[in-house]
Amino acid sequence: MKYLLVLPFALLAYPAAAQSTSPADLLAQYSAEAGAEASAERGQALFMANHTGGKPDTPSCTTCHTTDPKATGQARTGKPVEPLAPSSNPERFTDVKFVEKWFGRNCNSVLGRDCTAAEKADVLAWLDSF
Amino acid sequence: MKITPFLAVATIALSGAAHSDEMEYMPPVTHAATLEECSACHMVYPAGFLPPQSWKVMMGTLDDHFGEDAGLYGETRAEIEAYLVANAGRDRSKGSAVPLRISDLPWFRHEHEEEVSKRQFEKAKSWANCNACHKQAEQGIFEDD
Ligand code: HEC
Ligand code: HEC
Ligand code: HEC
Repeated sequence: MKYLLVLPFALLAYPAAAQSTSPADLLAQYSAEAGAEASAERGQALFMANHTGGKPDTPSCTTCHTTDPKATGQARTGKPVEPLAPSSNPERFTDVKFVEKWFGRNCNSVLGRDCTAAEKADVLAWLDSF
Repeated sequence: MKITPFLAVATIALSGAAHSDEMEYMPPVTHAATLEECSACHMVYPAGFLPPQSWKVMMGTLDDHFGEDAGLYGETRAEIEAYLVANAGRDRSKGSAVPLRISDLPWFRHEHEEEVSKRQFEKAKSWANCNACHKQAEQGIFEDD
């Protein structure tokens, strides 16, 4: 019986081990990990804010993704970045490894640290509300 | 040890085209992991434009890559480093600091100094944006266009 309890936790703790997903599944996963309900408003605030803890050239998520999740953004080199909102770009939030890699990099560049599961849930809830 | 002279010859042969006076063609990257992991933020730069030690340093400092976190870990990182080093250009730094930017190399400055208008540069935004000016950069073609 013990194993049945342990397994779901193992899956939550290592999301990178899983592969394909959907925005809804991922939102459920991050929320469960955070132990709290996601808030699109908090996600929007985090996404729009100028932060000081990260690298100087990337103060905000909007530096590359713009303030409109349905718009095409631009990396600092000028290379286009496709919209983050799943409604505009169905490939978003469908590959756990990819999502984790970019949350990892971008949170570190902008905030100077990893985003928590709660923050990822919030941002995803906001992006998926368009 | 037997391998060393052979490697040296291979490296010179590979980079020969790059370091003659004309650098109209530089073989584009064909390695799948490099294409996948080094293409999100800019075009995939041909390995032959930087010497081996540049790629080694760059691949060891990806979490602070020109002001961004481009971190890669484990096998993928090692595999990309091995590919870039094996296909690198010749070392012309003569013992000075390891160059990290292609766009800082003397030949690059020389080729671009008087050739590029202010307007053209403003449109490209950065020297790193090779393909803004060289439309066929991703095919390895950097000739007059
Ligand atoms: C320096 C530019 C830059 C900044 C700043 C930035 N991003 Fe990104 N982001 C990218 C690039 C480039 C990609 C990968 C290319 C792509 O998927 O279009 C990406 C991908 C992502 C993805 C992957 C989504 C998916 O499933 O495809 C997420 C999530 C994301 N970013 C969130 C954020 C958040 C949240 C912030 C702020 C904390 C942020 N980004 C800041 C450039 C940036
Ligand atoms: C998260 C975004 C990101 C990723 C991923 C990334 N880079 Fe970069 N890279 C940058 C930025 C930003 C610059 C600086 C661009 C500028 O100055 O305009 C840069 C510049 C470079 C330059 C110097 C260009 C010049 O000016 O000559 C090289 C070489 C380079 N990157 C190689 C790589 C390699 C190899 C990889 C894959 C392992 C990689 N990059 C992945 C963001 C990234
Ligand atoms: C703002 C525009 C611009 C950017 C950005 C740019 N170049 Fe160039 N480049 C030129 C022009 C103009 C010339 C001179 C005319 C020609 O040969 O195409 C040139 C010449 C060259 C040459 C010499 C070609 C020959 O015929 O021998 C090479 C090689 C080259 N560029 C590589 C690069 C690389 C690699 C990058 C990115 C790291 C880059 N360039 C970025 C405009 C640009």
